Parts: sequence; C-alpha cells; structure tokens
Amino acid sequence: MEFFLISSLNGLSYGLLLFMLSSGLTLIFSMMGVLNFAHASFYMLGAYVGYSVAQLAGFWPAMVIAPLLVGALGALFERYCLRRVHKFGHVPELLITFGMTYVVLEVVQLVWGRIAVDFAPPALLQGPAFTLVNHSVAGLSVHWGAVAPAMCNAADAALRIVCSPFPATRGFMMLVAITMLASIWLLLTRTRVGLVIQAALTHPDAVESLGHNVPRVFMLVFGAGAALAGLAGVIGGSTFLTEPAMAATVGSIVFVVVVVGGLGSLSGAFIASLLIGIVQTFAVSLDYSLGSVLASAGMAMAPSWQGTTLARLTIAQVAPILPYLLLVLILIFRPRGLLGSREG
Amino acid sequence: MSTAPYAGARWGSIWLWLAFAIAMLAMPRIFDSGLSITMLSQMGIAIIACLSYNMLLGQGGMLSFGHAVYTGLGAFVAIHALNAWCAGSPALPVSLVPLIGGLAGMGFAMLFGYVTTRKSGTTFAMITLGLAELVFAMSLMVPEFFGGEGGVSGNRVVGAPVLGISYGPAVQVYYLIALYTLVCVVLMYAFTQTPLGRLLNAVRDNPERVEFIGYNPQRIRYTAFIIAGFFAGISGGLGALNFEIVNAEVVGAARSGAYLLFTFLGGATFFFGPIIGAVLMVLAFVMLSELTKAWLLYLGAVFMLMVMYAPGGLASLIMLNVRLARHGKMRALLPAYGLLALSVSGCALGFSALVEMVYHRQLDAAMGPVLRFLGLALDTSSVLHWSGLLVYLGVAIRSFAWTRRRFALQWNVQHQIMEDERLRAATAP
Repeated sequence: MEFFLISSLNGLSYGLLLFMLSSGLTLIFSMMGVLNFAHASFYMLGAYVGYSVAQLAGFWPAMVIAPLLVGALGALFERYCLRRVHKFGHVPELLITFGMTYVVLEVVQLVWGRIAVDFAPPALLQGPAFTLVNHSVAGLSVHWGAVAPAMCNAADAALRIVCSPFPATRGFMMLVAITMLASIWLLLTRTRVGLVIQAALTHPDAVESLGHNVPRVFMLVFGAGAALAGLAGVIGGSTFLTEPAMAATVGSIVFVVVVVGGLGSLSGAFIASLLIGIVQTFAVSLDYSLGSVLASAGMAMAPSWQGTTLARLTIAQVAPILPYLLLVLILIFRPRGLLGSREG
Repeated sequence: MSTAPYAGARWGSIWLWLAFAIAMLAMPRIFDSGLSITMLSQMGIAIIACLSYNMLLGQGGMLSFGHAVYTGLGAFVAIHALNAWCAGSPALPVSLVPLIGGLAGMGFAMLFGYVTTRKSGTTFAMITLGLAELVFAMSLMVPEFFGGEGGVSGNRVVGAPVLGISYGPAVQVYYLIALYTLVCVVLMYAFTQTPLGRLLNAVRDNPERVEFIGYNPQRIRYTAFIIAGFFAGISGGLGALNFEIVNAEVVGAARSGAYLLFTFLGGATFFFGPIIGAVLMVLAFVMLSELTKAWLLYLGAVFMLMVMYAPGGLASLIMLNVRLARHGKMRALLPAYGLLALSVSGCALGFSALVEMVYHRQLDAAMGPVLRFLGLALDTSSVLHWSGLLVYLGVAIRSFAWTRRRFALQWNVQHQIMEDERLRAATAP
C-alpha cells in the first residue's frame, strides 16, 4: 500500500515536471508550428545557470533569476535565428533548433565541464516531506518530516514496520508545477495579454490588423516557454542530476509526451505527461521478468528458453523503452494522439 | 524554357561521372598512407549513407532523426552474417556481405517505415526520433544480438580468397568499398530520374496535388523509405567489413544527427551535395576532432549559420558561383569576395581563440594559464588578454557586417545584370 502511494506520488511529480516542459513546447508549437528541438536544452541551461546563481546568491534567488535569463536567451534566439528562417518553411525551423542543441550542449560543457555538478537543493528541501509508517498493528499513519529511526525499528520480531519517506524536493516540484500551471491558465484566459496570445494562435492576420505586433507576441511566447523550461531545469536539476546528458534524457521523453498527447493539445500533453511519469516510475520499481512471473504461476519455461534475454529481462530493465513503445502503439492505433484534433 | 537535357549537358555529366570514378580509383595511389586509406574507406561508406539519407530529406522532404537505425542494424546483421556463413561451406563470399546488410536495412525499413511514413513533416521527425531511441535502448538490453558493451566483432579474412583477394590489406577493402560506392551512387542517381523519384519530389512539394492525380503519397513515402533503408544497410555492411567490429554506437542518436548535419551542410537540394557532406563528415570526425576539443561547438555554429544564410548547403553556394562564373561575372565580384573572406576569417579566428581560451580554463588549467594558439601565447589569467580579445572580436564582427552588406549589394547588382542580359537575349529578334 505505502509502496503504491509513494510510487504514485513520485510518478505524479515526475509527470508534472514533464508537463512543465511539454506545456511550453505545446504552446510554442501551436502558435508558430515549430517543434522546438532545443526546448530540453533550455531546461539544461536552466539547471546550470540556476546552479551558478545559487552558488552566488542562494537557491531561492536562483529560482527567479535563472528562468529570467534563460527566457531572455530564448527570446533572443527567436528574434535573431528562428525568425530569420521562418520564411524557408518548417524543416529549416526544426533544423535551426536542432543546431541549437549542439551549441548549447557544447557551451555547457565548455563553461561547466563534462561531469555532473553538485547542485543540491536548499536545506529546507533536503530530507523527506512526510513519512508513511506502516505498522502491522497500528496500521498506516502519516508523519510530517522525517521520523525518528526508533519508530521504524520494530522492538520485537512479531511486529512489522515499514517506513516510506517522500522527498521534500518532489513535493516542492509538484507545488511549483501546479502553481505555475494555474498562473499560466489564469494568464491565458483572464488577462488581455492572454487573450491576444490566444487570438494570435488561431487568427494571426486578424490580430495583426487590429494593431498588435504578432511577431513580438511570438517572441514573448517563445521566451516564456524557454523560461518555463528554465524553471523546470532549476527544480529538475536540483532534484535529479545536473549533467550534460540531462537534455538528451529528458528531451526525447518530452517529444514522446507531445506526440502521444496530440500535437498542439495542452490537455493532451497534460494527460500524456502524467501517464508517462507514472508508468515510468512504477516500471523502474517492478522487478519481475517473464521467467519469474511464469515460474510463480507454476509454469516452467521450455529449457531452451530459460536464461535467454526474453526470460531474464525485468520490467525495471525495459522501463527506458516503455515511452517509445507507447508512442509507436499510439501512432498505430490513434495516429492523431490522445487528444489531438488533426491528423498531421 | 525547355527542361529537356541538351546533348552538351548530357556529355558534361558523363565526363563528370567518369572523373568521379577515376578519382575514386586513383585516390589510394595518391594518398597511400594507412590513415588516408582508412579515411578514404570511411568516405565511401559515408557517401552511401548520406546519399541514402538525402533520398528522404532532400528528395522526399522527410526529416529523419533516426537514419542510423538502418545503417546500424544493417551493420549488425552483416557482421553476424560474416561470422556465421563466411567460414563454413558452401561459404558466402565476403564481397557479398554488404548486400546482406542492405537487405537487412531494407527489412527494418519495411518494418519501421510502416509506422513512420504514415505521417509527414514534424510528426514524422518525432516518430523517427522515438524509434531511434527505442532501438538504441533495445541495443543495450539484448546482448545476444548487439553484443552488449563490447559489441560484435568479426574477421573479414575468412574463406578461400576469390581471385587472390583475401581482404587482408586495407586497400583491398577500399577497392571493394569504392566499387560499392560507385554502383550505389549511380543507382541512387538513376532513382532520381525514375517516375517514382519524380513523384517523391512531388510528394515533398505538394502531397495534396499528388493525391489528386491518383497516387497515394503515403505509399510513395513508404517505398522511398524502403529503398533508402536498403542503401543505408549497404553502407552499414561496408562499415562492418571495414572496422570488423560493430557496437551499439552505430545505432545511436549521435550518428543519426551526424548524417542529418552533414547531409544538410553538403546541400540537400542537389544530388551531389551529400557527397560533399560525407567527405566533410569524415574529415571533421577524424581531423577536426584531433585539432580541437570544441569541434562539436564549431560544427553546431557553422550548421546554424548555414541554416540561416545558405539553406541550400555548400552545393547551392557552389552552383550559384558556377553560374556566375559561366556568365563571366566573377571577375567583378573578386574584390568583394576577398574582403568578405578576410573579415570572415578574422571573425572565425577571434571566435575560436575565445572558445579555446574558455576551454583551456575549464580543462587544461593544470597545464598553466598560457595557451598556445596559432603561434600566439594567450594568457587565460590576464584581464588584458581577455579584454583585448573581446575588443578584437567586436571589431571583427562589425567589419564582417560591413563587408557582408557591400558584398550582398554587388552580388545583387551582378545578378541583375545577368538577368537583364538573359532577357535581352531572349527577346532579341
């Protein structure tokens, strides 16, 4: 039970982090028709800039300054690179963001080195947010913060006590993601700027003829998307690992999310993010293989099959390919994605 | 204007093909060191791979992020075929191993292409990326086929030598690769002239109209994808023979990215563009990476500049200048070209000095603060050197902007003159 609760919370927090990235990607895509290949690179830049700012001024200022810097960089990239190739069509747009991933990766290695940096969350977020204590007599109980080790050690052998801590950084990640999503939603639906952005999504010409500067709106949206990725980077980098490979690891997953959810659909991206976050989190903690499942069901495999890869691979080992398998299956059975409206 | 090739152009292209063939045969006589034979072999392999990639990107408008899947899986199947069938009897001749790789690449393209080519444009790109990740993740999971971390190794000197060719010396492998390259390049060029090749161009430009004249764009994309997979597999099989070892890296995202990058740099809009790209790829991987640790940064920056300013790649730049020279307009542009070249190299110099200084601080700080850069001693601990470099870079960039504007002006003037002459010739009685 506590395994299930903690795993679903972990999966939920990872899914929300994925959504912080895929929401920016989706907004940019539905607005400009550009799938920003460099989005995960901005995520990585956010983590590294956050790390440097945190060393100078502390973690909390870094959470504000790093996204702003990354957002400004994104806006500049849109203004001076992306806008220039816009007239050539979508493939060059995709290509220039692809080139940007190389440049960002190399610049990161140039400035911060090729090995992981030690980006630790602040003292407040270290340690567990709460601990689930499953007592075989007293039942399940929740304790805020860490619990004393004495509580987890059973005094006599008949009692069985399992303590499952939930890390505070994960909780903080969920909190930030939800706050951010709520404020984006309010911004998009309740403010003038949001209305202009929404209108520019569907009717850029009409918005332009009403006197709004649509290219500048594009630049701002691109910058905002990059800033969101940067914010996700500060949180993701301090929770997981800040290393040059982090963009590639998260990047391909985020693209899977966007395609599975349906290109251009925010709610689709939300569902797909949570789905993939939860599936991956559960998969890495399940240590069953086909061989062990069949064995526990009382069936023995043919001797020639025993010890082969198929019988030996556990679900935890195949976890990395699950998102891509999901992608392929979705494309075969529902080509427009979960909530996508058009077939591309 | 008629588009039918006139006799002069046809003879011209035949001479070009002959020159290409002779160059491939004569190269190992001119550059006969071990390193250059290896590089020439890699170039042949890369030429097939980049041309097959361009069948998708340039001719079909399909931006694939997973082409290494087909070259890589072709390589794996080829090396397994080499190990399993070439030693026994009746033995498979080693020269045919690349064909096995080609068939494997074709088979996998049939399988994966069925999913990927259902879509076009951005979605196609994303699915190929996903599939590439899938195959790469699988390659670490199934050591029986992919050989785990160490990869699968083989020995190409098996079986009885055919006509005295044992493939022991590297130069024999080079000639095998050259032969395959020549045949594949001719075949791929011939493909562009077939109705299917033309339809593929039409699908790239306007799939809707292709549908209206009664063809299924999806099926055309799928067929082209399978053919591209076949050539990619041949390239992989040649790679397996050349290196005698295949590891999971050959299906990795970095390899796919390199195909994309260099095909585009060479020029996706011309048939011969990817050949230039492939040669550059091998030069960059073997020589540039020796020269500097920051080579991927330079590569990325050049790629971005190319996308922004010359989306047709090097091939289009060459063709534009050839056209200019043919009309005798080159001479007028030479001074502007000179200035441009000067300012570009000034910028490149400043930029690379900056990059190397940052890298030196990051990586080689233990070797002291002084960096030798093209005979200059740059002190990475001196504020004077840093600020001097920045000032120099600023000046270089300003002068580049100025010379570029001047050049663009003159370039347009010459083109206008050329157009006027053409119009006058066309309307003259």
